[in-house]
Amino acid sequence: MALDSKVPKGPIKDKWTTYKDKINLVNPANKRHIDVIVVGTGLAGGSAAATLAELGYNVKAFAYQDSPRRAHSIAAQGGINAAKNYQGDGDSTYRLFYDTVKGGDYRSREANVYRLAEVSANIIDQCVAQGVPFARDYGGLLDNRSFGGVLVSRTFYAKGQTGQQLLLGAYSAMNRQIARGKIEMYNRHEMLDVVVVDGKARGIIARNLVTGEIERHSAHAVVIASGGYGNVYFLSTNAMGSNATAAWKIHKKGAYFANPCYTQIHPTCIPRSGDYQSKLTLMSESLRNDGRIWVPKHMDDVMAIREGRKKPTDLSEDERDYYLERRYPAFGNLVPRDVASRAAKERCDAGYGVNATGEAVYLDFASAIERYGKEQAKIHNIKDASKAKITELGEKIVEAKYGNLFQMYEKIVDENPYKTPMMIYPATHYTMGGVWVDYNLMTTIPGCYCIGEANFSDHGANRLGASALMQGLADGYFVLPYTIGDYLADDIRTGKISTETKEFDEAEKAVKDRIDFFINNNGTKSVDHFHKRLGKVMWDKVGMARNEQGLKEAMAEIKQIREEFWKEVKVPGGASEMNPELEKAGRVADFLELGELFAKDALMREESCGGHFREESVEESGEQKGEAKRNDQDFAFVAAWEYKGEPADAVLHKEQLEFKDIELKQRSYK
Amino acid sequence: MNLTLKIWRQKDSNTKGQMVDYKVNDISEHMSFLEMMDVLNEQLVNSGEEPVAFDHDCREGICGMCSLYINGEAHGPDRGVTTCQLHMRMFNDGDTITIEPWRATAFPVIKDLVVDRTAFERIQQAGGYISVNTSGNTQDANAIPISKEAADEAMDAATCIGCGACVASCKNSSAMLFVGAKVSQYALLPQGQVEATERVLNMVKQMDEEGFGNCTNTGACEVECPKGISLENIARMNREYLKASLKG
Ligand SMILES: Cc1cc2nc3c(=O)[nH]c(=O)nc-3n(C[C@H](O)[C@H](O)[C@H](O)COP(=O)(O)OP(=O)(O)OC[C@H]3O[C@@H](n4cnc5c(N)ncnc54)[C@H](O)[C@@H]3O)c2cc1C
Ligand code: SF4
Ligand code: FES
Repeated sequence: MALDSKVPKGPIKDKWTTYKDKINLVNPANKRHIDVIVVGTGLAGGSAAATLAELGYNVKAFAYQDSPRRAHSIAAQGGINAAKNYQGDGDSTYRLFYDTVKGGDYRSREANVYRLAEVSANIIDQCVAQGVPFARDYGGLLDNRSFGGVLVSRTFYAKGQTGQQLLLGAYSAMNRQIARGKIEMYNRHEMLDVVVVDGKARGIIARNLVTGEIERHSAHAVVIASGGYGNVYFLSTNAMGSNATAAWKIHKKGAYFANPCYTQIHPTCIPRSGDYQSKLTLMSESLRNDGRIWVPKHMDDVMAIREGRKKPTDLSEDERDYYLERRYPAFGNLVPRDVASRAAKERCDAGYGVNATGEAVYLDFASAIERYGKEQAKIHNIKDASKAKITELGEKIVEAKYGNLFQMYEKIVDENPYKTPMMIYPATHYTMGGVWVDYNLMTTIPGCYCIGEANFSDHGANRLGASALMQGLADGYFVLPYTIGDYLADDIRTGKISTETKEFDEAEKAVKDRIDFFINNNGTKSVDHFHKRLGKVMWDKVGMARNEQGLKEAMAEIKQIREEFWKEVKVPGGASEMNPELEKAGRVADFLELGELFAKDALMREESCGGHFREESVEESGEQKGEAKRNDQDFAFVAAWEYKGEPADAVLHKEQLEFKDIELKQRSYK
Repeated sequence: MNLTLKIWRQKDSNTKGQMVDYKVNDISEHMSFLEMMDVLNEQLVNSGEEPVAFDHDCREGICGMCSLYINGEAHGPDRGVTTCQLHMRMFNDGDTITIEPWRATAFPVIKDLVVDRTAFERIQQAGGYISVNTSGNTQDANAIPISKEAADEAMDAATCIGCGACVASCKNSSAMLFVGAKVSQYALLPQGQVEATERVLNMVKQMDEEGFGNCTNTGACEVECPKGISLENIARMNREYLKASLKG
């Protein structure tokens, strides 16, 4: 099948408006006869479910947690972007569009990104109307902060809990529709397959996670909003249950999977402390506004610190290597995430990591504390303030800005980051890749849509901070509710979709067979055993830096782990009861396939772009020597993979990317 | 460290449960409490036994999914943290740790340490929203200025994660702190005024129907709440309720 992105014609500024004017609509009386399934209730799924229900469709929403409010979006800390230009600092739709395309290293679809920037401002209006308590200034107006890689202040926030507040907003909109009977909410349910009838998505098979019952649900369209697949690395900042199952199941039924190798490794996370580690915790990017990143200059100091003979605070300024400031004088500690992560890895690989595992660098607030302290002393007219006084005043400012993060760090690491630098290391955080969708957010299965982090659409090869929340809500509140109408307009006379058909029978049987297999396999190794092994291969060979040999090995090793998994996995308990091990088994089985496709995609993409760094593709000379080298000539395309059985046999389809409104340039942060 | 765990095991909501003893060894003080539970479960799986079911997801104190009653305290001995943020350094070698589910009539046990908190969902559905359409035709966000103080206070109330620790630690199993937090968030904001009367009446009515107990001001909820939701929210809800009852 040829890929058609269905981008409307006309100038980029008018595309969305003109398109909306011409799109087919379903009249309100007919919407009552149309059912839509939404899998996932994070920002994307929650906002979509609420809006579709409000428009009049009958919505069935699914989440594996016990409430929509617990979707992983709840964990987002820093903020949400919107081109409001409240600060009058020159922001505009175009600038947000430009920053997002550039930040994504020119690997996203222009028209989608422009639309995202266009609807962004409205998201903030919507959320405020819902009662989302964004931070305000003393005049009572909305406050903004700035985030990595951009020159304006356009990030709206609610303390360090922006995702929580936005999700609770969408959740409240859902609750209103649940109360009206327009959304039927299925908590503690997991979608285990999509049902395709006459080439169209017409329902899903889901497991009730409390009773173990396998259920059939039909609808005229299915929307997947199941989040990202970062847990393919075992360790990530994602929630424990975050998984790729819904996305992977639709892939196996015909939805192309795009750019799986584009993954964001976030530079500021709390390092791993031991083999028992179950997840990694993010420290917000905003910390890099005031924290300076360094490792010791000399190897003896590294050793002394690891052995506890020296403390980081014992090292003088010229015994420290502020490597980001050294390598990127223009952006310093505020280079984009991918650049900062690779630089940390480079130092640690060279042996300069500062903790027992050798995988940690310092994030130091001493300079900021001193700078703020001196400023405060001046403001408060304190003459000849002592060093202790200055520190005290400075710490207060730092506490006001980052108090909750410092507290979180202290709870986990048991060290006081006001007194000694934090230790950080990169961790898997976000997946830019995902299910391929056209301009309508429809996958290559007619009637099956994909929104939020689960799709591939807007962030190219690297996502800017505070843009995922924006995308999730844009998709759910403002884009999908229009585009889905165009498709459903043909379904007003279809009538209820029956679940008593051979397609449902077959899909249900496949799901049940797989569950029975797990329960009866009686292998020798736990699900986590395999997940950890997969994660290690992914991290070592498909992580922050990749090369041909490593990727080939990774593909072979993942295949081998997968084969062993199907022989040796052990799942205690039964099928007809709550069984968390069984849930994990299904998810890991899918990760074991996705991981291989991920490596295959990385192998195919012989260039470095955004979060994807190929060691073979670096600048060889000049000012940019050693930096990532993109290859626009050969790789300015979206790689959309078609399922053909084994992941290694997946077939590549290319969507050529055109840049008409933005000139392709090398990203330079020197 | 080596520990003895006394854990509530219950097959499902229809079967009677009981405390069962387990031993775990070589637990690092840097582990989180749930990582210690992972170690136990890996041990159980390897010996062919069913692992202990417990709710958890984000493991960073924000989703509100985790919910253990540890040594007689909701979310365990540390303050201002959820169970997933609790670290083993709070315990000593040789300790015996008792681990139970939330106990409340309105939160029936589903399995082992997992309870059903959908009563909270129904309370939210009864009025925990502002009736604004998601049409995108709302007025500009800065059209309604809100004082920083009110916005910050609303935010403090809105940080509730819906975990249910307040109910579990209350001798009456009252849900007043949880409901008070939601009512307060909207009561403090101009957007919430229009529906204020019905909201508080409906949410309180639903709360009573769910079988949560009365509030007798013992304050245990505030102590155990991982997000520091203040008792002031209960007082504010009581005022809102009184106001609404007089009107209604
Ligand atoms: C720690 C952290 C901090 C972040 N901070 C920011 C930030 O400051 N700004 C920003 O813009 N972005 C941030 N992000 C990224 C952002 O939070 C996510 O990309 C975004 O929230 C994803 O939303 P979503 O709706 O697509 O999916 P999710 O919120 O992940 O929701 C997925 C939903 O799908 C459901 N689900 C999944 N599989 C199934 C299945 N098989 N059956 C049924 N239901 C299923 C789940 O129950 C859940 O409801 C952060 C991410 C992390 C991890
Ligand atoms: S008020 Fe506190 S204890 Fe109660 S549900 Fe909310 S966060 Fe949990
Ligand atoms: S697991 Fe999310 S709050 Fe504990």
